[in-house]
Amino acid sequence: MNVELQVNGTDHVVDVEPRKTLLDALREDCALTGTHAGCEHGVCGACTVLVDDAPIRSCLLFAVQADGYQITTIEGVAPGPGELSILQDAFCETHGMQCGFCTPGMVLTGHALLKRNPNPSRAEIVDAISGNICRCTGYGQIIEAIELAAERLRGRNLSDSISAEPTMVHADIVAPEDEPERGIIKAAGYDLPHEGKP
Amino acid sequence: MKAAPFEYVRPSSLLEACSILADDEDALPIAGGQTLVPMLAMRLARPTILVDILRLPELTGIGRANGFLILGATTRQVEAERSALVASDLPLLAKALPWVGHQPTRNRGTVGGSVANADPSAEIPLVAATLGARIVIQSREEEKVLPADDFFLGAMSTALEPGFCVKELRFPVWPKGRLGVGFHEISARKSDFAYASAAVQLAADDDDKCLNIVLGLGGLSDRPVRISLDSIIGKDLRATSLPAIVAEAVGDACDGFDLRSDIHASASYRRRLAISLAQRAMRDAIDGALQGGGEAQ
Repeated sequence: MNVELQVNGTDHVVDVEPRKTLLDALREDCALTGTHAGCEHGVCGACTVLVDDAPIRSCLLFAVQADGYQITTIEGVAPGPGELSILQDAFCETHGMQCGFCTPGMVLTGHALLKRNPNPSRAEIVDAISGNICRCTGYGQIIEAIELAAERLRGRNLSDSISAEPTMVHADIVAPEDEPERGIIKAAGYDLPHEGKP
Repeated sequence: MKAAPFEYVRPSSLLEACSILADDEDALPIAGGQTLVPMLAMRLARPTILVDILRLPELTGIGRANGFLILGATTRQVEAERSALVASDLPLLAKALPWVGHQPTRNRGTVGGSVANADPSAEIPLVAATLGARIVIQSREEEKVLPADDFFLGAMSTALEPGFCVKELRFPVWPKGRLGVGFHEISARKSDFAYASAAVQLAADDDDKCLNIVLGLGGLSDRPVRISLDSIIGKDLRATSLPAIVAEAVGDACDGFDLRSDIHASASYRRRLAISLAQRAMRDAIDGALQGGGEAQ
């Protein structure tokens, strides 16, 4: 069956069997392998993508059901090539990942949360990511990452921050040349060799 | 791909969907798919045809009619959770919805799908049983309106015959008094299957006396059940005897069930949980009603 998927603002026409999940179609037919295949039956959250800005499990949706939705994958959250979103950067800075397998799902879930709720409490963050399993970090640094990103986004005075309505979070919103520094946060000293000193 | 092959159709009306389901008894309807797709992935279900009813406009939406709040079967759980109508008319459902799955599953999962699935520990069936909701089901030939008690027949077992689809849920809206609600459950992990759950809705009059009260228990036996607390009606909601009345009613009810007992929770643990959770839910409901509560519509 042919189905038209709108992923990160781009149309993909894919020819899939009805039993192919959106997850497999994204990975195999759209070559977007940032969406990770974990349990593939709706438990782990590794395959989380955004459908019309809401996080869903792409393993529980068949590709043939997904036409007409705006789908955002982890490839679509950074403002431009080679850049990171503020939330992604916060994950790096707080060491919110170890093996990285759950990270795309965590980041997308965090993006959806911060878009709906720019000032989430710790309990709200915990609730939001409760459907995403991480076997490395113990969750502490992931929660910290989302808190840090929320704080930075609140302090930022730009119209297309994650918290602003109603723009979509995806790569095509801003041409990278318009705002080359958007999304880049200065690396902390301890992230650089010799703490950034010559 | 983990599921066995099937054909996928997206009919343009409910009658067309029912027709396809009636012509092929191995066809299955799919809406949110949050339970069905895992079953397909594990090949516990192997339908010939998946009939996608999620986008049928006649099946979605929330509205009031004749003293009921009506939720179309494919209304997403997240829509009900954020609905102002549900918050004002059905505070018990609003209170229970955050316990359903996780946010990402509520974004796809539907209220009708949860009812049709009839998991004994599921929250929406519990609220339906507690409030005495009517489940409207549709086939090619007829529409039937079943009280929740007649709809839930056992664990994952309902009165839905082949060829029937859940069409809508009708929840009675209490006409008078200040409403108070409480909902509590215990599970191993956040949003996992509840070992036991308790839901209470009550209405208080201007003298803080109980006008009406219902209690529902889930997770204990093969289906959600409603327990009578009529002896509380007319009593002052500040009376210190109420927790003991609840404990006795729940204990008696548990003695009448075939209580589930498994590796996670023994029957006696479930019995103690049920009493405790019912008392907590009752306390929340009383506090809510005494502090003004939601005005009944």
